[in-house]
Amino acid sequence: MGTYVPNTRAEQQQMLEACGFTSFEDMYSCIPEKLRLKKPLQLPEGKTELEIVRAAEAAARKNRVYPTVFRGAGAYRHFIPSIVKEVTGKEEFRTAYTPYQAEISQGVLQSIFEFQTGICELTGMAAANASVYDGATAAAEACEMCREKTRRRVLVSATVDPKILSVVRTYSFGRDGEVTVVPEKDGVTDPDALEQLLDDETACFLLQQPNRYGCMEDADQAAAVVHGAKAKLIMSCNPIALAVMKTPGEIGADIAVGEGQPLGLPLAYGGPYLGFMAADEKMMRKLPGRIVGETTDINGTRCYVLTLQAREQHIRREKAGSNICSNEALCALTAAVYLAAMGPENMRRAALTCHANAAALKAKLTESGLKPVHDCPFFHEFVMQAADEAQAEQILAALDRADILGGLPLGEGKMLWCATEMNTQEEIDRAASIVKEVLEA
Amino acid sequence: MNFPKELKYSKTHEWVRFQEDGTAYIGITDYAQDQLGDLVFVNLPAAGDALQAGESFADVESVKAVSDVNAPVSGTVKEVNEALADAPEKMNEAPYDAWFVLAEGITDTDALMTAEEYEAFIAEEG
Amino acid sequence: MKLIFERSVPGRSTAYLPEAPRTDLGFPLREKPPRLPELSESQVDRHYTELAKETRGVNGGFYPLGSCTMKYNPAVLETAANQPGFTDVHPLQPDESVQGCLEVMQLAERYLCEITGMDAMTLQPAAGAHGEFTGLLLIKAWHRSRGDLARTKVIVPDSAHGTNPASAAMAGFEVVNIPSDSHGYVDLEALRAAVGPDTAGLMLTNPNTVGLFDPNIAEITKIVHEAGGLNYYDGANLNAIMGIVRPGDMGFDVVHINLHKTFATPHGGGGPGSGPSGCKDFLKEFLPGIRVSEKDGMLCGTAAEKRIGDVRSFGGNFLVIVKALAYLMFIGREGVAETASNAVLNANYMMNCLKDLYPMAYDATCMHEFVITLEQMKHDTGVSALDMAKALLDYGMHPPTMYFPLIVHEALMVEPTETESRETLDEAVEVFRRIMDEAKADPEHMHERPRTTRVRRPDEVKAARKPVVRYDFDA
Repeated sequence: MGTYVPNTRAEQQQMLEACGFTSFEDMYSCIPEKLRLKKPLQLPEGKTELEIVRAAEAAARKNRVYPTVFRGAGAYRHFIPSIVKEVTGKEEFRTAYTPYQAEISQGVLQSIFEFQTGICELTGMAAANASVYDGATAAAEACEMCREKTRRRVLVSATVDPKILSVVRTYSFGRDGEVTVVPEKDGVTDPDALEQLLDDETACFLLQQPNRYGCMEDADQAAAVVHGAKAKLIMSCNPIALAVMKTPGEIGADIAVGEGQPLGLPLAYGGPYLGFMAADEKMMRKLPGRIVGETTDINGTRCYVLTLQAREQHIRREKAGSNICSNEALCALTAAVYLAAMGPENMRRAALTCHANAAALKAKLTESGLKPVHDCPFFHEFVMQAADEAQAEQILAALDRADILGGLPLGEGKMLWCATEMNTQEEIDRAASIVKEVLEA
Repeated sequence: MNFPKELKYSKTHEWVRFQEDGTAYIGITDYAQDQLGDLVFVNLPAAGDALQAGESFADVESVKAVSDVNAPVSGTVKEVNEALADAPEKMNEAPYDAWFVLAEGITDTDALMTAEEYEAFIAEEG
Repeated sequence: MKLIFERSVPGRSTAYLPEAPRTDLGFPLREKPPRLPELSESQVDRHYTELAKETRGVNGGFYPLGSCTMKYNPAVLETAANQPGFTDVHPLQPDESVQGCLEVMQLAERYLCEITGMDAMTLQPAAGAHGEFTGLLLIKAWHRSRGDLARTKVIVPDSAHGTNPASAAMAGFEVVNIPSDSHGYVDLEALRAAVGPDTAGLMLTNPNTVGLFDPNIAEITKIVHEAGGLNYYDGANLNAIMGIVRPGDMGFDVVHINLHKTFATPHGGGGPGSGPSGCKDFLKEFLPGIRVSEKDGMLCGTAAEKRIGDVRSFGGNFLVIVKALAYLMFIGREGVAETASNAVLNANYMMNCLKDLYPMAYDATCMHEFVITLEQMKHDTGVSALDMAKALLDYGMHPPTMYFPLIVHEALMVEPTETESRETLDEAVEVFRRIMDEAKADPEHMHERPRTTRVRRPDEVKAARKPVVRYDFDA
């Protein structure tokens, strides 16, 4: 039907002739005939834009958008100020490449520098990179940063999100490193088990705050024992919680990472998301991927460039710490705009409202007859127990009929619930009363 | 270019300053720093690491390149010049003060050249 | 220009959220709130408008950045991806509630497999390098599953993108670099000498990184197969050949493709990309992420039995996949080859208009990009590829890729893509010719280019020696 090739057939023919080709066939004569496609690709014929839009709308309609969501587990629905999309939709930001030419890329370079600063402020760390793919790859990259010749083993708490653990394991499979899971106790890392597992072959310990059950870990205690064994502490943190909780910097973590999706990115069925990484001064040069630094130009004007590039794959090749090239720059910009618009006051409101709503939901669901599984401080997620798996399924089905996406089933009748500032008291009451009906039926 | 007489040199452009106690300081030559351009960082080994003559024991970074630094002799790293990591410009400004490591238990010194030999070597190579 | 933090005024804020209820958090709190900017929304808006003015996107102008395939990003792709039915769907919703998403993933996999000649594909990798890592892990898992633990080496030509050796190392392989011959092709003798019982595989880009199609490709992949290794296709340059020849038919077992290059999705100043990793049938049981199949009239996502494990959370950069699919549906069956043909034509056209004045690294029909070498000029006049690139900035043009591939000295690599009109190419040629005249007339002053930009030649040495990577609030 059509392509985005502007030149007409006649122009193409003139250009072919200008190059000394008789035809496209002739132009491609360097490709051996026997390898070339002999039959048309098994693809549909091209469509017009009108048809494309209809097809996209039709596919999108086959998805359910739940007006009420009580599910998180690594992807969180938050309010996104309108200005965020307005800014990130700008053609310049959207369609730029990596800022290799600093003179005409000061805008995107400065925005990344500002993003790095924002992440440093949230985490309390000294330095941040320009992003990696998502929170799970950020955690995996952080573990690889810590491996040393004689310290090859990575410890991961059992309370780390299983999706993150899976990616840590995959990266370890690559580097032939070892991963050991530190058992949990009462919804948090078992401190005795951690102490026992730490030895002089341990590279680092990965802790999630709040953890996969929503519980807050005793990070100070973890930092003390991990550093006592001369290993590194990596904290994977929720960025909204970081607005209020004790920071990895204050705790003395060596690396802080996390999933940046809550900072202005839509749920989008899992991506694109944003992995953020920050480190203390000593670990800065081990950070993977792009880092923007401040400098001056020949006129003494303050400006920004991609820096510490000799760490990266295009220079260090097989000796590079990571292969990352493309990152999630536009998502980092999104987070930067979100943080700038929200400011400290709206961030505080978001974090506190998340917690207040989660606390209200937990109380209501308990009243309805579900049992809280853990007795620990939590941020905006928590686990509730139904009688059995069948009952949990009934609850979720009943909520689904009322257009409510309930907690994530964890098996054995357990459900991981989440509330954010997007949930209203009315939604919480309604969900709780539906749960009550199911339990009383 | 400057090649102090009291030092020994390797074909891969490192210098060695032997001490009376048998230890030796190791760094990169004036010629090396000139060829590499502005150096911005150095990755140093740790004390206790083994040095194997002819094999990489550190690397230096310029803005757009990274280059291995080979051990001019075999031995063990006794001390590392940590200050160099904070002042990489010293490698350019004063290459013979900017030592990387102090080595001990030194062997494999046969291939080292005198200043005159080294100067002749780079004249030929360049 | 001010940093957003320097515009902050204490107490300034926009009411995006209601005041929070009083709540007792019950866990240790941070001592001070994060020092985020305190601004009115108008300040935020204007700040980023200023930054946008100092940013260059391909939709705003010609962007012949070799190896990056900076083609025009059609507006309809945004419309397609911005459907609330895509943006507001939780990744952990039950399959029956995300039939549209699963349909998108199924179609994208099917179409991309058809174009690359693969049997199965995972859409989970978030970028090209991530796809490389994934593909290499498939190779590793396959050798291991056969009990063949001796295959520890991956062969990479010296012309390869840096991601290739870096990915191989991340996948735990030892990298064996082999030289290219005088045409930039794989040196067959060097390859024969390199393969053996320790060969896990070969990584190759074809057309290669100097913009030439390696005519010995069938022989190359055969040599590796006969030695017991697998062939990995780096899809970085797929735009030159899609619809003309398929990696699967050249003897490749694993590929990755870059949706943000070949399939027109925007690059966002560095990402997000998407790097689906495809393979032949015998490797599909190792694929990470989910693959979509139909069961009782319902689409469902299932994870492969022996998968290597996830390479990121969830199914991939879904909205990027929506855009790539919308692009493919628009151009359709015939459009794929037409796109590739015009990418190659545009490159050859520009090369032909310049080759009397600019020495080409290789005298041959190029594919989608060509490489200029200014080695002689640098030697004779001191004017470098960097100087020439910076001079292009004075004419408002985004320069080509500089100093890549590493095997060509003083390289400028030009990739115009198919979405540029003949007028644009002619204008660009005019600019290239003009700066060559300027360089010849006054080589000394070329080191001072660009003259017209606000920022000129940032001091990269200073930035790297004493890194400042965040704003210092106390300075």
